[in-house]
Order: sequence, then C-alpha cells, then structure tokens
Amino acid sequence: MDESEKSGVPQGDVTRRQFLIAGTAGMVLSGLPRTVYGQSSTAAHALAPVLTKVSFTVNGKNHELELDTRTTLLDALREHLKLTGTKKGCDQGQCGACTVLSGGRRINSCLTLAVMHQGDSITTIEGLGTPDKMHPMQAAFVKCDGYQCGYCTPGQICSAVAVLGEIKAGIPSHVTADLTAAPELNAAELRERMSGNICRCGAYSNIAEAITEVAGRTQ
Amino acid sequence: MRPFTYERVSSPAEAAAAAARHPGARFVAGGTNLLDLMKLEIETPAHLIDVNGLALDKIEATDEGGLRIGALVRNTDLAADERVRRDYGVLARALVAGASGQLRNMATTAGNLLQRTRCPYFYDTNQPCNKREPGSGCGAIGGFSRPLAIVGVSEACIATHPSDMAVAMRVLDATVETIKPDGSKRSIPIAEFHRLPGDTPHIETMLMPGELITAVTLPKPVGGVQIYRKVRDRASFAFALVSVAAIVQRDGTGRVALGGVAHKPWRVEEAEAEMPKGAKAVTARLLADAKPTPENAFKLKLVERTLAAVLAEAKGA
Repeated sequence: MDESEKSGVPQGDVTRRQFLIAGTAGMVLSGLPRTVYGQSSTAAHALAPVLTKVSFTVNGKNHELELDTRTTLLDALREHLKLTGTKKGCDQGQCGACTVLSGGRRINSCLTLAVMHQGDSITTIEGLGTPDKMHPMQAAFVKCDGYQCGYCTPGQICSAVAVLGEIKAGIPSHVTADLTAAPELNAAELRERMSGNICRCGAYSNIAEAITEVAGRTQ
Repeated sequence: MRPFTYERVSSPAEAAAAAARHPGARFVAGGTNLLDLMKLEIETPAHLIDVNGLALDKIEATDEGGLRIGALVRNTDLAADERVRRDYGVLARALVAGASGQLRNMATTAGNLLQRTRCPYFYDTNQPCNKREPGSGCGAIGGFSRPLAIVGVSEACIATHPSDMAVAMRVLDATVETIKPDGSKRSIPIAEFHRLPGDTPHIETMLMPGELITAVTLPKPVGGVQIYRKVRDRASFAFALVSVAAIVQRDGTGRVALGGVAHKPWRVEEAEAEMPKGAKAVTARLLADAKPTPENAFKLKLVERTLAAVLAEAKGA
C-alpha cells in the first residue's frame, strides 16, 4: 500500500474508484509481479492465456466479449462491463457479496466462469432498479437501514429478491419443518436462507426487517 | 489460476470423446468446488470440458419404482422435487443442510459426489499433503485435526469427505451411472464409489480418468422415518463435524450412515443389526476400528449422542 499512501488525497474530480485504480497501478509498478498472471514460477505446463468469445445478456442488454477463459463472471461484470455494483468479497463463494441472478436464480458470480454463461440472462444490482426507480427490496433496505458500510448490500439485495421467489416456488430449506408442505415465510426461514450472505458490520436484524417488509407486501 | 483451453459439449458421447482427446482434462458443471481449487492452483487442468449442455437435468421414475437423477440436476432442484421430498426425505434434508442457497443453485448431483475434502492442509499449498502432492507427507496428522476423520484413516491421510448429499445417497443404496472415454457404460454401487485413503489418498473414487457420471439412481422407496442430523460449528453454512443419515422403521430396525468422520460416507451394514438396542450399541460397531487424534476424539462421543438424538426423534415421529 506504500505507493497509494504516498500519492495522498486526490485532487479535483477523481472518483473513489478511479483513485483506487490509480493506487493499484502504483502497487503493481512498485513490484509484486511474480504471480501477476496467476502463473506460478513452477508451472509445469506453461500454456499461454487463451481467449474465447462469449455472449450473454446483462440487465436486458446483450454483450459480446472476448475473454481469457479464466475470467469469472464476477470479473467480466466488474472489469469488462464496468458494472461495479456487484462486489468481490472473498472470491471463494463464502461471503455472498458477488451474488447475481442468472436466469432468475441467485448464484455466486465468483465461482463460475464467464464462458460458462453463453446465452444466459444475468441480472445485477444495477438491473434491479435505479436510484430514481428503486426495486422494492432496494427501497426497503434504505428504509430499514439494512446496511452500514454497504459493501455486502448488492449481494444481500439480489439474494433477498431470489429468496422470496424460492419460498414462493416451494423450495424447502434446512429449517422447513414439514418437507411435504409449502415452506412458511417467517424469520427463521429468512435467516437460514440468507446464510450465504455475510455482513461484517452485523446489520442482520435490519436486513431481516427489510426482507420481511417486502415479503409482507408481495404475499 | 493457470491458463486452460475450454470447450462445450452437447452429448455424453461427445464428452467422452473430448476426454479421450485431452488426457488430464476436467469436466466442469456447477464449478463451485473446481473453480475454487483452480484459483488456488490445487487443481491445474490444461483443458476444461463444460458439460452443462448435456441433457442430464431430469429426474425420472425407473421401471423398478425408483428414481434416476440426471448428473446435472442442481442440488436445489433435487431437494425441491416432490418425489424426493415425499419418498426420500433423508436426501432432501441432507441437501438443504449443505452449502448456501446460491451454491445449491449451481452445484450438481454428480459434482457433489466428486467434491474434494476441505481439510485445511489440502487447501494450504505451503503445507505438505499426500492428497494434493503424493509423497509430500500429511500436515494434519499431528497438526490441527479437530474437523478431520476418525475412522478408515491411514498413515498418509485423515481427510474427510465433505458432502452431506453423499451420506444420504449411501444410506439409500444409490447407484452411480457412468460413461467411459471409450463410450462404454457402467453402474457403480455408492458403497464402492468412494475410496478410503490408504497410501493413495489422491485417488478418491472408482472413476477412471475421463469417466463421466451421467446419473445417480435410487432404488424404490423404503419408507420409514427419514432423518438427517448435522452437527457443525455454526447453525448454517458450515461443514459437518458429524452428521447422521438414518432411516428408522416402526419396529426399530433401520439403516444409518455417518458424515464428517471418514474419507467416504461411513456405513457399516452389520452395525445396523444393533439398532433396536440403541445408539451406544450401534456406535460401538460403527466406530469399532476408529483411530482418532487427541484433537478429534470428541467425535466418538458426538456420533453416539447425535445418533441417540436421531433415534429418539424417530421414536417420537
């Protein structure tokens, strides 16, 4: 972090994101290059990066991309399509910050390759609503204060929207008492179903409140 | 992650042919475990064969009165299937006890069986691990072994199989159907599918290189009270310290398999004769050859108590 600290407070119209990118570039120049392409120095089969074409729809808009086969759906969204609402938390499927909807189903975009989504229809937080026209779940999170730092929030909201759909579709959960009956929409069910989304600030009670409010309205 | 070439296939025969063309290739379906391991360079395939285009996502009734579950049926869809919820409750319960909603939407039936251990020494490439790097030794033996295996272990490896689903499949006597790279097909009983570590812990299943799972078949329903009880460090989204899959009949007879204790779902058919006598007698037979470490010896008692709770629940049902 030396270089970014040295560069100090940015001047003028520099966004937080641009500032972070500049800082990261400085870091690379200042030298960590050994694993820069993810290839360890002991690579037995030193294959060159492979590019592949893939096309899929994101928030209703079709995109054709040529990507390194290693690109995750998360990195394709953030780094290639500049849809930075979807967050990279753990990058190993444990935190849920990268949750998006693929064909209406919630998935961890960090644990799937972009090339595996040929022809798919992806919805990210940007596709659910806009600041002027928020999705009811986004509005409920604002109203109930369902966040603190906000980093996990896009994943929480995408996940929450899908959870209500899953309950409606009769998909059971670990806390569903009767497997042969329709699952209930209660606090225990919501908490269990949201367990793949971690909030380090601990805004869980407000998140649960926000989801409960939307659930009550759509029932 | 190491670079790799990638192709999509659209039939099991095409998948088999692709595997024959690319020795060392890996099939990818849900990708939730494989991608994670590729990022860490624990898995380093030079070629990926995407099998998601294979029409193996159906759950069909068999002539024998059971179910044939396509290899690509997602964990969510399997748990939600009406027939599974009604006739194979232990399987539905095991599925929803595993992972998170997001992961269950991606993870497939075949991929779940092929999950690799979550032993911390397997995941840490700075540590010795006979499973990751044969011959390098085992950091877990004499190390942090609390979550690891207590039975069926070897001098080379004390890793556990992480799946919940597989434990239910074992208690239900499922069969794994496959196609080999030469196009021939075979059926493998789940009891034989996963291997014990022995001195080759890197070979985890009976599958030959390039062999593809096409389906998992369940025999006709056996009824009974079906329970899956998972004990873990968190209430949700954590691997099992110990899990019990049980089918208990009205007369107290039944079947039981354990998760979180061995390199494969652990079932000892002879132990089931003791079921009417209670948890202590069954556990004594199930874990007769246990070799726990000082850190995980608590699992012996935990198995007995979890099984006691399961049998009590079955009695009250």
